Amino acid sequence: MKVVGAREGLIVCNLGFPSRELFSLSDKSSHFYMLGSMGMASSIGLGLALAQKKRVYVIDGDGSLLMNLGSLATIAHHAPHNYCLIVIDNKCYSSTGSQPTSTSGKTDLAGIAGAAGISTVKVLDTLEDLEDCLDLHRNTFLTVIAKTDATNPDARHIPLLPRFIAKRFMGEVRKGEKQ
Amino acid sequence: MNPLIDNEIVTIMLEEKIDFICSVPCNMLAGVLNLLHPLPITHIPVTREEEGVGIAAGAAMGGRKPALLMQNSGLGNSLNALLSLTKLYGLPLSLIISQRGGKGEKVSAQMPMGKATPNLLKAARIDYVRINKREDLIKMRRMIRKTFDNQRVTAILLSRKLWDETY
Repeated sequence: MKVVGAREGLIVCNLGFPSRELFSLSDKSSHFYMLGSMGMASSIGLGLALAQKKRVYVIDGDGSLLMNLGSLATIAHHAPHNYCLIVIDNKCYSSTGSQPTSTSGKTDLAGIAGAAGISTVKVLDTLEDLEDCLDLHRNTFLTVIAKTDATNPDARHIPLLPRFIAKRFMGEVRKGEKQ
Repeated sequence: MNPLIDNEIVTIMLEEKIDFICSVPCNMLAGVLNLLHPLPITHIPVTREEEGVGIAAGAAMGGRKPALLMQNSGLGNSLNALLSLTKLYGLPLSLIISQRGGKGEKVSAQMPMGKATPNLLKAARIDYVRINKREDLIKMRRMIRKTFDNQRVTAILLSRKLWDETY
Protein backbone atom coordinates (compact mmCIF):
# COMPACT_ATOMS: atom_id res chain seq x y z
CA MET A 1 0.00 0.00 0.00
CA LYS A 2 2.80 2.36 0.96
CA VAL A 3 4.73 1.66 -2.25
CA VAL A 4 1.74 2.20 -4.54
CA GLY A 5 0.24 5.01 -2.44
CA ALA A 6 3.43 7.04 -2.78
CA ARG A 7 3.31 7.07 -6.59
CA GLU A 8 2.00 9.79 -8.83
CA GLY A 9 -1.16 8.77 -10.56
CA LEU A 10 -4.73 7.76 -9.92
CA ILE A 11 -5.38 4.81 -7.64
CA VAL A 12 -8.45 2.60 -7.77
CA CYS A 13 -8.43 0.54 -4.61
CA ASN A 14 -10.30 -2.66 -3.84
CA LEU A 15 -12.92 -2.67 -1.09
CA GLY A 16 -12.43 -3.90 2.46
CA PHE A 17 -9.06 -3.83 4.17
CA PRO A 18 -7.09 -2.60 1.13
CA SER A 19 -9.08 0.65 0.89
CA ARG A 20 -9.13 1.09 4.66
CA GLU A 21 -5.39 0.56 4.86
CA LEU A 22 -4.67 2.97 2.00
CA PHE A 23 -6.96 5.57 3.56
CA SER A 24 -5.30 5.30 6.98
CA LEU A 25 -1.77 5.50 5.51
CA SER A 26 -2.55 8.69 3.63
CA ASP A 27 -5.84 10.00 2.29
CA LYS A 28 -5.53 11.71 -1.11
CA SER A 29 -7.95 13.05 -3.69
CA SER A 30 -6.25 10.76 -6.23
CA HIS A 31 -7.60 7.71 -4.38
CA PHE A 32 -10.84 6.04 -5.37
CA TYR A 33 -11.86 3.86 -2.44
CA MET A 34 -14.25 1.10 -3.37
CA LEU A 35 -16.90 0.46 -0.73
CA GLY A 36 -18.90 -2.23 -2.54
CA SER A 37 -19.14 -4.01 -5.92
CA MET A 38 -16.56 -6.68 -5.14
CA GLY A 39 -14.66 -7.79 -8.23
CA MET A 40 -14.96 -4.53 -10.10
CA ALA A 41 -11.58 -2.90 -9.27
CA SER A 42 -9.73 -4.02 -12.41
CA SER A 43 -12.70 -3.00 -14.58
CA ILE A 44 -13.18 0.45 -13.03
CA GLY A 45 -9.47 1.08 -13.57
CA LEU A 46 -9.66 -0.09 -17.18
CA GLY A 47 -12.55 2.26 -17.96
CA LEU A 48 -10.68 5.11 -16.32
CA ALA A 49 -7.45 4.37 -18.21
CA LEU A 50 -9.30 4.23 -21.53
CA ALA A 51 -11.21 7.45 -20.83
CA GLN A 52 -8.29 9.74 -19.98
CA LYS A 53 -4.50 9.96 -20.10
CA LYS A 54 -3.26 9.90 -16.51
CA ARG A 55 -1.54 6.82 -15.09
CA VAL A 56 -4.01 4.48 -13.36
CA TYR A 57 -2.93 2.03 -10.66
CA VAL A 58 -5.44 -0.60 -9.62
CA ILE A 59 -4.95 -2.34 -6.30
CA ASP A 60 -6.91 -5.57 -6.58
CA GLY A 61 -6.90 -8.82 -4.62
CA ASP A 62 -6.82 -12.51 -5.52
CA GLY A 63 -10.35 -13.15 -4.26
CA SER A 64 -11.90 -10.23 -6.09
CA LEU A 65 -10.02 -10.85 -9.33
CA LEU A 66 -11.18 -14.47 -9.24
CA MET A 67 -14.72 -13.05 -9.12
CA ASN A 68 -14.19 -11.20 -12.41
CA LEU A 69 -11.70 -13.28 -14.40
CA GLY A 70 -13.25 -12.22 -17.70
CA SER A 71 -11.83 -8.79 -16.96
CA LEU A 72 -8.34 -10.11 -17.76
CA ALA A 73 -9.42 -10.92 -21.32
CA THR A 74 -10.85 -7.44 -21.85
CA ILE A 75 -7.77 -5.82 -20.29
CA ALA A 76 -5.47 -7.87 -22.54
CA HIS A 77 -7.44 -6.89 -25.62
CA HIS A 78 -7.19 -3.14 -24.98
CA ALA A 79 -3.90 -2.98 -23.01
CA PRO A 80 -3.81 0.78 -22.40
CA HIS A 81 -0.26 2.02 -21.73
CA ASN A 82 -1.44 4.06 -18.72
CA TYR A 83 -2.90 1.02 -16.93
CA CYS A 84 -1.18 -0.88 -14.16
CA LEU A 85 -2.96 -3.71 -12.36
CA ILE A 86 -1.44 -4.79 -9.05
CA VAL A 87 -3.02 -7.90 -7.58
CA ILE A 88 -2.16 -8.45 -3.94
CA ASP A 89 -2.30 -12.22 -3.74
CA ASN A 90 -2.48 -13.22 -0.09
CA LYS A 91 -4.22 -16.47 -0.98
CA CYS A 92 -7.29 -15.69 1.09
CA TYR A 93 -10.30 -13.41 1.59
CA SER A 94 -8.66 -11.46 4.38
CA SER A 95 -11.47 -8.91 4.77
CA THR A 96 -14.01 -11.58 5.67
CA GLY A 97 -12.00 -13.78 8.01
CA SER A 98 -9.17 -15.18 5.86
CA GLN A 99 -11.06 -17.98 4.16
CA PRO A 100 -8.63 -19.50 1.61
CA THR A 101 -9.01 -18.74 -2.11
CA SER A 102 -7.99 -21.15 -4.85
CA THR A 103 -4.60 -19.40 -5.18
CA SER A 104 -3.74 -21.10 -1.87
CA GLY A 105 -3.97 -24.32 -3.88
CA LYS A 106 -3.39 -24.91 -7.57
CA THR A 107 -4.56 -21.67 -9.16
CA ASP A 108 -1.89 -19.47 -10.70
CA LEU A 109 -3.17 -15.94 -11.40
CA ALA A 110 -0.07 -14.97 -13.40
CA GLY A 111 -0.63 -18.01 -15.62
CA ILE A 112 -4.29 -17.07 -16.09
CA ALA A 113 -3.37 -13.46 -16.92
CA GLY A 114 -0.75 -14.62 -19.42
CA ALA A 115 -3.16 -17.05 -21.04
CA ALA A 116 -5.77 -14.27 -21.23
CA GLY A 117 -3.30 -12.44 -23.45
CA ILE A 118 -1.60 -10.01 -21.05
CA SER A 119 1.99 -9.86 -22.26
CA THR A 120 3.67 -8.15 -19.31
CA VAL A 121 2.91 -10.06 -16.12
CA LYS A 122 5.40 -9.82 -13.25
CA VAL A 123 5.28 -12.02 -10.17
CA LEU A 124 6.95 -10.31 -7.22
CA ASP A 125 7.60 -11.31 -3.62
CA THR A 126 9.12 -8.25 -1.97
CA LEU A 127 8.30 -4.56 -1.61
CA GLU A 128 11.71 -3.63 -3.02
CA ASP A 129 10.99 -5.64 -6.16
CA LEU A 130 7.59 -3.98 -6.47
CA GLU A 131 9.12 -0.52 -6.14
CA ASP A 132 11.80 -1.31 -8.73
CA CYS A 133 9.23 -2.78 -11.10
CA LEU A 134 6.93 0.25 -10.87
CA ASP A 135 9.93 2.56 -11.37
CA LEU A 136 10.94 0.64 -14.45
CA HIS A 137 7.42 0.63 -15.95
CA ARG A 138 6.24 4.17 -15.37
CA ASN A 139 4.04 4.48 -18.39
CA THR A 140 3.63 1.04 -19.88
CA PHE A 141 0.86 -1.49 -19.65
CA LEU A 142 1.65 -3.74 -16.71
CA THR A 143 0.15 -6.45 -14.50
CA VAL A 144 1.84 -7.39 -11.22
CA ILE A 145 0.96 -10.34 -9.04
CA ALA A 146 2.35 -9.36 -5.63
CA LYS A 147 2.64 -12.45 -3.45
CA THR A 148 2.22 -11.81 0.24
CA ASP A 149 1.11 -13.43 3.46
CA ALA A 150 -2.25 -12.70 4.96
CA THR A 151 -2.21 -9.92 7.50
CA ASN A 152 -5.12 -8.01 8.93
CA PRO A 153 -4.16 -4.40 9.43
CA ASP A 154 -5.91 -2.52 12.17
CA ALA A 155 -7.54 0.05 9.91
CA ARG A 156 -10.79 1.82 10.64
CA HIS A 157 -13.72 2.26 8.29
CA ILE A 158 -13.50 5.11 5.80
CA PRO A 159 -15.55 8.02 7.16
CA LEU A 160 -16.16 9.61 3.75
CA LEU A 161 -19.42 9.69 1.84
CA PRO A 162 -19.29 7.74 -1.45
CA ARG A 163 -20.40 10.74 -3.51
CA PHE A 164 -17.69 12.84 -1.91
CA ILE A 165 -15.05 10.21 -2.76
CA ALA A 166 -16.18 10.18 -6.40
CA LYS A 167 -16.51 13.95 -6.76
CA ARG A 168 -13.12 14.65 -5.23
CA PHE A 169 -11.53 11.92 -7.36
CA MET A 170 -13.10 13.30 -10.54
CA GLY A 171 -11.70 16.72 -9.67
CA GLU A 172 -8.27 15.13 -9.48
CA VAL A 173 -8.79 13.37 -12.83
CA ARG A 174 -9.64 16.70 -14.50
CA LYS A 175 -6.81 18.64 -12.85
CA GLY A 176 -4.34 20.00 -15.38
CA GLU A 177 -6.25 18.56 -18.29
CA LYS A 178 -6.47 20.64 -21.43
CA GLN A 179 -10.05 21.09 -22.51
CA MET B 1 -33.64 -6.75 -38.56
CA ASN B 2 -34.70 -3.22 -39.31
CA PRO B 3 -31.82 -0.93 -40.36
CA LEU B 4 -34.00 2.15 -40.03
CA ILE B 5 -34.53 1.53 -36.32
CA ASP B 6 -30.88 0.60 -35.79
CA ASN B 7 -29.84 3.88 -37.40
CA GLU B 8 -32.24 5.92 -35.32
CA ILE B 9 -31.04 4.36 -32.07
CA VAL B 10 -27.39 5.03 -32.92
CA THR B 11 -28.19 8.58 -34.06
CA ILE B 12 -29.92 9.33 -30.76
CA MET B 13 -26.95 8.00 -28.79
CA LEU B 14 -24.53 10.12 -30.81
CA GLU B 15 -26.66 13.25 -30.68
CA GLU B 16 -26.98 12.90 -26.91
CA LYS B 17 -23.16 12.74 -26.77
CA ILE B 18 -22.77 9.17 -25.55
CA ASP B 19 -19.09 8.52 -26.26
CA PHE B 20 -18.25 5.33 -24.38
CA ILE B 21 -20.17 2.10 -24.93
CA CYS B 22 -19.78 -1.28 -23.27
CA SER B 23 -21.75 -4.13 -24.76
CA VAL B 24 -22.75 -7.74 -24.39
CA PRO B 25 -24.31 -8.93 -27.64
CA CYS B 26 -27.96 -9.79 -28.25
CA ASN B 27 -29.44 -10.63 -31.64
CA MET B 28 -31.93 -7.78 -31.27
CA LEU B 29 -29.00 -5.36 -30.82
CA ALA B 30 -26.85 -6.92 -33.55
CA GLY B 31 -27.65 -4.20 -36.09
CA VAL B 32 -26.90 -1.43 -33.60
CA LEU B 33 -23.61 -3.07 -32.57
CA ASN B 34 -22.54 -3.37 -36.22
CA LEU B 35 -23.10 0.34 -36.74
CA LEU B 36 -20.86 1.26 -33.78
CA HIS B 37 -17.69 -0.14 -35.30
CA PRO B 38 -16.65 2.73 -37.60
CA LEU B 39 -17.83 5.52 -35.28
CA PRO B 40 -15.50 7.80 -33.30
CA ILE B 41 -16.65 6.46 -29.94
CA THR B 42 -15.00 4.00 -27.59
CA HIS B 43 -16.73 0.63 -27.87
CA ILE B 44 -15.69 -2.06 -25.39
CA PRO B 45 -17.27 -5.49 -25.83
CA VAL B 46 -17.22 -7.06 -22.35
CA THR B 47 -17.35 -10.64 -21.11
CA ARG B 48 -20.19 -10.08 -18.66
CA GLU B 49 -22.59 -7.22 -17.98
CA GLU B 50 -21.28 -6.56 -14.47
CA GLU B 51 -17.81 -6.02 -15.94
CA GLY B 52 -19.36 -3.45 -18.26
CA VAL B 53 -20.85 -1.62 -15.27
CA GLY B 54 -17.37 -1.44 -13.70
CA ILE B 55 -15.70 -0.19 -16.89
CA ALA B 56 -18.49 2.35 -17.46
CA ALA B 57 -18.09 3.67 -13.90
CA GLY B 58 -14.38 4.23 -14.53
CA ALA B 59 -15.15 5.92 -17.84
CA ALA B 60 -17.71 8.21 -16.16
CA MET B 61 -15.11 9.26 -13.61
CA GLY B 62 -12.77 9.88 -16.53
CA GLY B 63 -15.24 12.41 -17.90
CA ARG B 64 -17.04 10.29 -20.48
CA LYS B 65 -20.73 9.63 -21.08
CA PRO B 66 -21.16 5.87 -20.90
CA ALA B 67 -23.88 3.47 -22.00
CA LEU B 68 -24.18 -0.27 -21.51
CA LEU B 69 -25.91 -2.21 -24.26
CA MET B 70 -27.21 -5.58 -23.15
CA GLN B 71 -30.11 -8.01 -23.03
CA ASN B 72 -32.42 -7.84 -20.03
CA SER B 73 -30.91 -11.11 -18.76
CA GLY B 74 -27.79 -9.03 -18.14
CA LEU B 75 -29.62 -6.95 -15.56
CA GLY B 76 -29.46 -9.98 -13.28
CA ASN B 77 -25.74 -10.26 -13.92
CA SER B 78 -25.06 -6.65 -13.01
CA LEU B 79 -27.48 -5.51 -10.34
CA ASN B 80 -25.06 -5.43 -7.41
CA ALA B 81 -22.50 -3.30 -9.26
CA LEU B 82 -25.25 -0.98 -10.55
CA LEU B 83 -26.34 -0.30 -6.99
CA SER B 84 -23.16 -0.55 -4.89
CA LEU B 85 -20.97 1.21 -7.45
CA THR B 86 -22.71 3.38 -10.05
CA LYS B 87 -25.66 4.50 -7.95
CA LEU B 88 -23.78 4.66 -4.66
CA TYR B 89 -21.17 7.06 -6.04
CA GLY B 90 -23.69 9.11 -8.04
CA LEU B 91 -22.26 8.24 -11.46
CA PRO B 92 -24.27 8.38 -14.70
CA LEU B 93 -24.98 5.30 -16.81
CA SER B 94 -27.50 4.76 -19.58
CA LEU B 95 -28.62 1.12 -19.76
CA ILE B 96 -29.88 0.34 -23.24
CA ILE B 97 -31.58 -3.01 -22.91
CA SER B 98 -33.14 -5.35 -25.42
CA GLN B 99 -36.23 -6.66 -23.68
CA ARG B 100 -36.64 -10.39 -24.28
CA GLY B 101 -39.26 -12.64 -22.80
CA GLY B 102 -42.33 -10.82 -24.03
CA LYS B 103 -45.12 -11.73 -26.45
CA GLY B 104 -43.92 -14.01 -29.22
CA GLU B 105 -40.74 -15.05 -27.38
CA LYS B 106 -39.55 -18.41 -28.65
CA VAL B 107 -36.95 -19.15 -25.96
CA SER B 108 -38.59 -20.30 -22.73
CA ALA B 109 -35.53 -19.40 -20.65
CA GLN B 110 -36.08 -15.75 -21.53
CA MET B 111 -39.50 -15.64 -19.86
CA PRO B 112 -38.59 -15.43 -16.14
CA MET B 113 -36.21 -12.47 -16.51
CA GLY B 114 -38.53 -10.93 -19.09
CA LYS B 115 -41.32 -10.83 -16.54
CA ALA B 116 -39.08 -9.75 -13.66
CA THR B 117 -37.17 -6.97 -15.41
CA PRO B 118 -39.56 -4.03 -14.80
CA ASN B 119 -40.02 -5.06 -11.16
CA LEU B 120 -36.28 -5.46 -10.65
CA LEU B 121 -35.75 -1.96 -12.01
CA LYS B 122 -38.48 -0.59 -9.77
CA ALA B 123 -37.00 -2.34 -6.71
CA ALA B 124 -33.59 -0.91 -7.60
CA ARG B 125 -35.13 2.54 -8.08
CA ILE B 126 -33.77 2.78 -11.57
CA ASP B 127 -35.96 4.94 -13.82
CA TYR B 128 -36.91 3.18 -17.03
CA VAL B 129 -38.88 3.73 -20.16
CA ARG B 130 -40.32 1.16 -22.57
CA ILE B 131 -39.84 1.71 -26.26
CA ASN B 132 -42.42 -0.27 -28.25
CA LYS B 133 -42.60 1.64 -31.50
CA ARG B 134 -40.64 4.11 -33.57
CA GLU B 135 -42.62 7.09 -32.23
CA ASP B 136 -41.48 6.17 -28.70
CA LEU B 137 -37.83 6.80 -29.55
CA ILE B 138 -38.23 10.42 -28.43
CA LYS B 139 -38.63 9.02 -24.91
CA MET B 140 -35.28 7.31 -25.29
CA ARG B 141 -33.69 10.65 -26.09
CA ARG B 142 -35.31 12.27 -23.03
CA MET B 143 -34.17 9.46 -20.76
CA ILE B 144 -30.57 9.72 -21.95
CA ARG B 145 -30.65 13.47 -21.30
CA LYS B 146 -31.94 12.87 -17.79
CA THR B 147 -29.13 10.37 -17.20
CA PHE B 148 -26.35 12.85 -17.83
CA ASP B 149 -28.07 16.03 -16.66
CA ASN B 150 -28.77 14.48 -13.26
CA GLN B 151 -25.94 11.91 -12.94
CA ARG B 152 -28.34 8.98 -12.79
CA VAL B 153 -28.57 5.33 -13.72
CA THR B 154 -31.50 4.92 -16.09
CA ALA B 155 -32.76 2.13 -18.32
CA ILE B 156 -34.30 2.02 -21.77
CA LEU B 157 -36.20 -1.19 -22.53
CA LEU B 158 -36.32 -1.82 -26.25
CA SER B 159 -39.16 -4.11 -27.27
CA ARG B 160 -38.88 -6.61 -30.10
CA LYS B 161 -41.96 -4.94 -31.61
CA LEU B 162 -39.80 -1.94 -32.36
CA TRP B 163 -37.82 -3.90 -34.93
CA ASP B 164 -40.74 -6.01 -36.15
CA GLU B 165 -42.76 -3.04 -37.32
CA THR B 166 -42.73 -2.64 -41.07
CA TYR B 167 -42.74 0.71 -42.77
